[in-house]
Amino acid sequence: MTTGTERRDGGARPPGPGQTTAGQTTAEQPTLAADRVSRTIDGRLILDGVSLTPRPGSVTGLLGPNGSGKSTLLRLLSGVLAPASGVVTLDGRPLGDWGRRAVARRVAVVEQHADTLVELTVLDVVRLGRVPHRRAWTPATAADEEAVLTALERTGLTDRADQPWHTLSGGERQRVQIARALAQEPRELLLDEPTNHLDIQHQLDLLNLVAELPITSVVALHDLNLAAMYCDQVVVLRQGRVVAAGAPDGTLTESLIADVYGVRAAVTRPGPGDRPHIRFLGTVTGD
Amino acid sequence: MTTALRSPRTRPPRSAAGVLRGVVGLGTGLAVLTASVAVAITIGPADIGVGDTWSVVASRLGWGTTELTPIREGIVWNLRLPRTLLAAVCGAGLAVCGTVMQSLLRNPLADPFVLGVSSGASTGAVIVVVLGAGGGVLSVSGGAFVGAVGSFALVLLLSHTLGGTTDRVVLSGVAAMQLFSALTSFVVTTAADAETTRGVLFWLLGSLSGAGWTEVGLCLAVLALALVVCLGYARTLDAFAFGQDAAASLGVAVARTRLVLLCVTALLTAALVSSAGAIGFVGLVLPHAARALVGPGHARLLPVTALAGAVFLVWADTLARTVLDPQEVPVGVVTSLVGVPAFVLVLYRTRRMR
Repeated sequence: MTTGTERRDGGARPPGPGQTTAGQTTAEQPTLAADRVSRTIDGRLILDGVSLTPRPGSVTGLLGPNGSGKSTLLRLLSGVLAPASGVVTLDGRPLGDWGRRAVARRVAVVEQHADTLVELTVLDVVRLGRVPHRRAWTPATAADEEAVLTALERTGLTDRADQPWHTLSGGERQRVQIARALAQEPRELLLDEPTNHLDIQHQLDLLNLVAELPITSVVALHDLNLAAMYCDQVVVLRQGRVVAAGAPDGTLTESLIADVYGVRAAVTRPGPGDRPHIRFLGTVTGD
Repeated sequence: MTTALRSPRTRPPRSAAGVLRGVVGLGTGLAVLTASVAVAITIGPADIGVGDTWSVVASRLGWGTTELTPIREGIVWNLRLPRTLLAAVCGAGLAVCGTVMQSLLRNPLADPFVLGVSSGASTGAVIVVVLGAGGGVLSVSGGAFVGAVGSFALVLLLSHTLGGTTDRVVLSGVAAMQLFSALTSFVVTTAADAETTRGVLFWLLGSLSGAGWTEVGLCLAVLALALVVCLGYARTLDAFAFGQDAAASLGVAVARTRLVLLCVTALLTAALVSSAGAIGFVGLVLPHAARALVGPGHARLLPVTALAGAVFLVWADTLARTVLDPQEVPVGVVTSLVGVPAFVLVLYRTRRMR
């Protein structure tokens, strides 16, 4: 992130391999970046000149109230939606020049709520991650199978490969979706409110898993405390514009929360170097 | 970064074994189909054995001579063989269409006729038969084909205008189905005499009695084309399991895929319906049965569905032409009578999946 405050590593999460590879303070060349992107949907301006440069190997949190443009920004970053103006680049080349399949081999997406009517097993779902790597009319290669097995291992699902999708809990399903995303062997992972509908243990489990991955993650979140715990930097959107960006510590202030969410909050730090903790006191207008 | 994700494997890759299993399975399926066709040909009023069939086929291919009388040879070559083969091709084609439609539209109720193709074909056929349109140039099946394509074009146009999502495609199909059914009924009730009505109805319910080598060749060619295209899209169809956004994020060109596969299945359905009428239930039931057998992966599912559909319709048609001998039951009646209990059984066995 091109912000003044670089985060200090707090005790909230164990240092993942991402930090060791990405470095703590050196500003590396971003691999996936949005440059002043705008997009209208059905005549309504959803994103208005948003720039985003996640540092490689880090976790970037997208925050903001409903309708602030988080999901649309993620869709632009994954190339599913094209920006009306501005450009999303991957390794400096516009996404449009890459081709869909090439992008899907680099950028994986986990949606907030994935479901299917098809009777799939965990293994079937994870294998979907190989779709962008495979050619028509040819069987899976050893590399495909290896990527699938590695993804299962990485997410602790090796023993559940044959379990039917429909018997999984919400948290397990999201874990399987992350395994599917990892089978794509991405270097960038985009997650759209992945912890919605999950109980607190699964929320923490899931974000722990994401934070430990040695890849660049951009995750839209509603829960400011989760963002403070797991994100290396946050970007706060309101009505399609970036209103604040930087390390959670310096960004998630009481005045910003009041301004963006219309909520009175008390932001405390249990100790020096700890992640901020946010307690909500009520809305700004009423009590 | 990707290397960091790798770790020592615990299980060997199993793609080679999978391919071998697939080849063995495919061989078994083809053997069952060949045996079904061979046996089905021997069943009927004229007493003909499997050996007789082989000798006729061999002599026609120039590999020898047959000792059968010309009449019996004609029964094999001109009646039973094309009819049985058309049954196999129709069964395979309808089942493949059903599989593709269900996956593509994410709707377990989708079948080859959901695009309004069959009702359009009916209207086209009825207009030719009853009103004598086409001036003798257009045959019944020709009229059916024109009707099918016209109806499908209307569905595409409607669904595109209404927003282009999969549920719009299904709803447009239902609307077209109602419209063309009404048109068919209108033409029949206003213009047809009792005899024509009976003939048209028989055709509407599906019948393979008009089968000749032209129909077999045409349908087989379209089926082969459709199978090759759909198998090329097998992985893409898998990717639609979690919806079109998920498919798009896996690198699938959603709009193009949908258009190509809708057109291919509509063309195949049109060819089949114009040759054999609207044979119901095969396209709805067989995909579910095949999925229960081999799972949801389309690379395996499509060939298995095709083979299962072919075998199923060969026997359904054999039943249809012999059970009330010398009367013939429309094959669509048989497929539904057999298909509904089978459907319920399949759904019952998979009920805990939801």
